[in-house]
This record gives sequence, C-alpha cells and structure tokens, in this order.
Amino acid sequence: MAGVGSACLTVGLLTALYAAGASVYGAVSGRRQWVTSGRRAIYCLAALCVTAFAILESAFLRSDFSYALVAEGSSTDTPTFYKVTAVWATQDGSLLLWATLLSLFASAVLFLTRRTLRDIAPWATAVLGLVAGFFLFLMVGWENPFDTLTPVPQEGAGLNPLLRHPAMMIHPPMLYTGYVGFSIPFAFAIGALVTRRTGADWIRATRRFALIAWTFLGTGILLGALWSYSELGWGGYWAWDPVENASLMPWLVGTAFLHSIMVQEKRGMLKVWNVSLICATFTLALLGTFLVRSGILDSIHAFGASTIGVQMLVFIGCVVALSAGLILARLPDLRSSARLDSLLSREAFFLLNNLVLVALCLVVLWGTFFPLISEALTGTESTVGPPWFNRIVTPLALVLVLLTGIGPVLAWRRVTPSRLVRILAIPSAITLLALAALLTLTEAAESVTSLVMFSFVAFVLGVVGQEFVRGGAARRVMTGESWPRALARLVGRNRRRYGGFLVHAGIAVLFLGVAASSAFIEQRDVRLSPGESVQIDDYQVTYREATARLGGDGAGTGAPISFGAVMDVRKGDESFTLRPSRNYYSTADPSKGAISRFFEGEATSEVDVRWGLRRDLWLAVRPDLISLEEPIARADRQFSDSPGQVQAFVIQTLAELYRDDPPPAAFRAIVSPLVAWIWIGGAIALLGALVAAWPSPEARLRRVRSLYAARVGRDLARAEH
Amino acid sequence: MDPSRKRKIRLVVALGAALCLAAALAYTSFSASSEAAKPSELREGRSYDLTGKVVNGSIERRGDELRFDIRDRDGTTSVPVVYTGVVPDPFRDGREVIVSGELSSGTFVAERDSLVTKCPSKFTEDKQSS
Repeated sequence: MAGVGSACLTVGLLTALYAAGASVYGAVSGRRQWVTSGRRAIYCLAALCVTAFAILESAFLRSDFSYALVAEGSSTDTPTFYKVTAVWATQDGSLLLWATLLSLFASAVLFLTRRTLRDIAPWATAVLGLVAGFFLFLMVGWENPFDTLTPVPQEGAGLNPLLRHPAMMIHPPMLYTGYVGFSIPFAFAIGALVTRRTGADWIRATRRFALIAWTFLGTGILLGALWSYSELGWGGYWAWDPVENASLMPWLVGTAFLHSIMVQEKRGMLKVWNVSLICATFTLALLGTFLVRSGILDSIHAFGASTIGVQMLVFIGCVVALSAGLILARLPDLRSSARLDSLLSREAFFLLNNLVLVALCLVVLWGTFFPLISEALTGTESTVGPPWFNRIVTPLALVLVLLTGIGPVLAWRRVTPSRLVRILAIPSAITLLALAALLTLTEAAESVTSLVMFSFVAFVLGVVGQEFVRGGAARRVMTGESWPRALARLVGRNRRRYGGFLVHAGIAVLFLGVAASSAFIEQRDVRLSPGESVQIDDYQVTYREATARLGGDGAGTGAPISFGAVMDVRKGDESFTLRPSRNYYSTADPSKGAISRFFEGEATSEVDVRWGLRRDLWLAVRPDLISLEEPIARADRQFSDSPGQVQAFVIQTLAELYRDDPPPAAFRAIVSPLVAWIWIGGAIALLGALVAAWPSPEARLRRVRSLYAARVGRDLARAEH
Repeated sequence: MDPSRKRKIRLVVALGAALCLAAALAYTSFSASSEAAKPSELREGRSYDLTGKVVNGSIERRGDELRFDIRDRDGTTSVPVVYTGVVPDPFRDGREVIVSGELSSGTFVAERDSLVTKCPSKFTEDKQSS
C-alpha cells in the first residue's frame, strides 16, 4: 500500500500542475472547457490526497512498522486515540495534512463558485493548484510520508509523550485548517488582481472562508494555550515562544482583514489595503509552517532542524515578490470609489483597529525575529523575553479592546457627536460603576493596567448588552414576541451583525481572564515530605501520600510508570483532593541498564487543576527519585538478563519502595484568578463566529435569485445570436 | 481646510506615529535583550542566554541545586552550570537547552527558573543518538 500512497502523491503533483496550467490556458484563450477541466482536476486532487491520507492513517491504526513514519511516531502500546492523531505529529504527516486540507477547501470553494466569478475563478484555481503542488513537491522530493523500512522493526518508538494530550492532538489540524483556509481568499485576491476585477466580488465569494479560517486558527491557538497550561508543567498559557508567535501573527492580520473587507464591501474603500492584508496573512501562515518546521529560531517546541527549510523560504520569497509586484502593477485599478467622510465613522474606526492589529503583528514579528535581526545588525545574537513583549503589547491590547466596544456601534460614513453620546452613555455608566465596584470591593487597584483592562471589558460588555437589549426590545414592540424568542430571531435575522457582537464580547471576556491571571497570579515552589503542607492564597495544601502506578495513568496516555502525590486541599470549610503525577517513559538507549532504562526516558508532568470560575488551583509534582538510584543500580546489575516478567516484578517492587517511603518531592502550586474566563471567552467568540458564518436563509435566497438572473441573461444572449 | 491638504496632514501624522512606534520598538528591544552565547563564547561579568547541549552523564542533583555541563551544539567546549528552580519535563542528557545567567569563576550561575529545554525533534532520533 505504501507504493499506492507514493503514487497518489506523484499523480497528485501532476494533477495540481495540470489544474494550474489548464485553468490559466482556459482563462487566457477563453476556452471554458479548459477552465472546467482545471476545476475538476482540483476535485481529483482532493480525492488523491484523501486516499493517500487514508492509507497513512490506516497504517498507523494497524501499527504497520514497515512505514518509517509509523515506526518513528507510533507503537503497539500507543493508545488508539493517539495512534489516529500521531499522523500529524510527524513532519511528513503534517505536510500531507496541509495538502489534503488545502485540496478539500479548494474543491469546496471552486464548487460553490462554479457558476459565478467566471473571470476570477480560473486564476484562483491556478494559485490553489500551485500552492498544493508545492506541498506535494516537498513530499515527493524530500519528505515522503510513505518511505518504507527494511527490515521491518518489531516495535515502533511511540508517540512523543509530551504530545499525549487531547488538546495537543486537535490543535495542529485546527491551526492547519486556519492556515489553509486563508489560502482561499488569497487565491481569489490574486485572481481579482490579475483580471482587474477589484470590486467586492472576490470578497463576497470568500468572506465566509476567511471567517472559518480565522475561527479555526483562533481555536487552534487557544487549544495550544490550554495544552501549555495543563500539560507542560510550568503553569502558564502563553510564553511568547516563536512557534506560538508564528500562529498569532496570521491571526492578527487575518482579524484586520475580516474588518477591513467590510469597509470595501460597504464603501468601496481600502482596496489596496485589503489585497495587501490577505497576501500578508497568507505569507504569515506559510511563515508559521516554516518556523515550526525549520528550527531557525530557538524555541521550546521547534521540532528540530528539517530538510525543507530552504524550499519553504524560497516559496515564501516567491509569494511575497509575486504578490507585491502584482499589487504594484494594479495600483491604478485599486483606487477607492469613496473618500473618508469623517473620523467619527465606522470605517475610520475600522481603519484604526486595522492599524493597531497590524502594529501588534509587527511587534510580534520584530520580537520573534529579533535574534536574526540583532545578529545581522550587531553581529551577536540577542533575544527579547516575555517582559519585553508584555510591555509593548499591553498598551496596544488595551486600545484594541476599547475599539472592540466602540467600532461596531458607529454608523457608516458619519456619526454626529450627539448620537455618539446617546449610544455610549449607558455603556460608559456601566464602566464607571464597574470601576467603582472594583476599587471598593477588590484589590484590582494594585495593578493599574489590569484595572484599565477590566473597565474596558465592562465597557465592551455594556455595549454588546445594550445592542442585544435594544434590538430585542424593538422586536418585542413590533411583533409581541417573548424575550428569548425575540433575541433568537434578532440574532437569526442579522447573523453577521450579532455574531460579530458575540465575538467581541467573547474577546473582551478572554482579555478579562488574561489581565486578571497575569496580574494577580500567585505561585509557590516548595519541597514537601508526606504530612507537610504549604499555604497559597487561602488554600492549605497538604501532601498526604505518594502514589505509584504501573501500566497507564488515569488520563489514558499509556505511560508505563507514573509516580505522583495525593494532595489534600482545605480552604475554609471546603476540602478536596488533587492528584498531580509525573509519567515516566522508557528509553531504548543501550548505554542505560536494563532497569534504569524504564526511568531514564521521557518524563511528563500530569498536572491536576481544580478548575473554578473565580480561580484555579493548579498543582504539579516532580518526584525525587534519588532514593531509588541505589536500588535501581543494584537491579541493573542483577536483573539485566532476566526475562520480562521478572523485570516487571522488579519495577513493581521499586514502585512500591517509592510509594512506601518517598523522599521530599518538589511541588509547584499556582493560584490563578479568573483564568477559566480565557477559555469561556474563547468559547463565546467561537459561538459568535459560527453564528456569523452560518448561511442565512436570506443569503440563500439572494444566491438563487442571482443564479436565476444569470441564467436568464445567458438565455437572452443565446437568443440574440 | 481643503480635503487634499487634510489628507496630507493625516498621512504625515500616521507616518510619524508609525516611525515613533518603530523607533520605540527598536530601542526597547535592543535595551531589553540579552545576548545569546555558546559555551565557547562566554566571558565573565556579563549576562547571557547560554545555548547548547547537555553533556551526557553530567547531570547531578544536590537537594534543590541542579548541576550539569553544557557544550557547544557542534563542538566539545563545555561549561559547568549551577541551576535552581523548575526543571522542564524534556530536560535530559544530550538535549538542547537555553539558560540565562552569568559566568562567575568558570561556572555559569543560572537565574532561577530560566531553564528552557527544546522538545526533541523526533522521539526516535534522540533514542538512537544518545
């Protein structure tokens, strides 16, 4: 089957190139059948990629170690869930996932636009074909996921233990879906530029794809943060790591794009800006893939130096040069059809929000590439740490949250000051009330930045609440509906508007969590023996006893050995138990003894968190195996040639030894206030984005009407001949 | 004011703001940055982000203190490191690490909690090479 998979990739590469060639030829020569053929080639490409992906997936499920990739990234004792997801834990597998997702997205958009956008679509097909072709070219040339091994190994290495977390397994496909999704508006923007059809048609056709891509990318970033918080054992969710930054940058520019295309749709302005933004977003998405895979920057999870860094860089360079050249060549066609009437208008505020978002992206870009920049300028490689990022990003984030509240309630073209006062009076009053409550009831005044952030969040929520209440009340007056029904109808009839409001509310809530948890986090690192306790915030945490489990922990990670602790927590009358632990994976390193091998491999923290709306209590343990060193060394000498059962018995005995008489273990305890609201805010934003992206009945009706009109037009044209 | 003049002023203001931001960015990043160095490049009396690989068999724990040697990524020059604080999960013999601190009489004294370990590129490569 590996041969079939390889063949799929090679044929896929040729198909993608054919799709590009046929569509361009069809577009230039005006022969529609070539365009149709090119589009169908993309469908065919999707089928090939899906087939290849299915073959690889089934190899992982069957633990067929004749595939090099399976032997590297999976094993028979890897739990089934992680076998399925191990495919994209490898570089080759993730390239295949990229190509597969791209071909599926491209097929979807080309199918939906098959009767519209006759000028732009062929060029977009060509761009999508070339991008997919590039990824297939990488696989065929350098990183073939279907490489085989002879002789076939008995057992695979297993999935990297750090990746054995549910969020981690959904996170990469989410990010990739986001990256790939942005290639759709990019392709149509290029098509629009080539054909000089720079109106809003390409935007209307791909707006929903951009929104879906943005949603997936955002969800992916959040899941990555959640993974970091609950798996990495350091207790934070964001470290300004190059790889994290790499996913944030296209999201920031993509957010700007989603806002500024509305200005073009409604007012015919910002055309140059929009095509530039989408080209930048796509470039940054490629850069994200490149950064994760190239190892060019020191990062906690740069997954190693790879063989395809140069190729990626050349491709990114081509994309930048070609799109910049094309935009410059088409500048005369990209003139605005309207002028900015007033600075107090929605378009002006959207422009401002765009500038802030792009500035944020530039800050992140500068900080991420600072090691390379400083090396080029001064000859020595320097890095900037999280404090630098926090200092620069915080003020920009504050402005952004404020704009989140003001922007969407302003009218297009012009708002009179008296109208502005009327709109913002109630939210401002809510903000002042919230500020007063924060100052009198809480200790928020200790951190001015977070106090300002809390007030702005209250403002945004006030604005959004006011919109929903006013809209709902208006419906009730007109139709006499009940409140829930009126609200549901209100949202259903204006999905884009109210979905957008929900997203804004979600983002504000998310920032509430970020501000509170970063300003008021409390952290203690202690060593405790059983019976000892530590006080953190109002919690008294007591180390009751050590635990030792063999053959799988509670989280289903398939770890062979797991040492942990039972922690009794008391806070006033409330008491509960947390069980943090640490998983030990064996290593195949021949220099280690037969028994120590089981302890010297990877080790991962399995933190335990008491989730709460007001605060999380987060506990991680690092058992000290020093008391086992002596017995392990003795066992290494005595049992090196013993059969498996005996060795298993020895390990069982060692585990019991640890459990019965544990030396002091190192604990990290964190009390993080309101951190749960980051995830809740993210969920609200996700819901809002889904509402905004869901096709409304009116839109469907419009589409049917336009199709009908097009058919009538065609029939008339035919009749004239 | 006529509209074209207004537009010009706006453009100048926007460009000025952008320039200020860029200058602030460059200035703060250079003043806040710490230099990255390999063990062979270390000098006394400066703080560095030391990068390199953990020398096999050099890791020793003494209570809260962790001692290990870091060597150049592709070389043999190594420097002993004294570290306290949280040790990342993937910390192991042969791993690439980054740790901040300064050199003092031949030993690199690391800042608390500054140790960062890179995830192994591929689980297997690491197993075979060490």
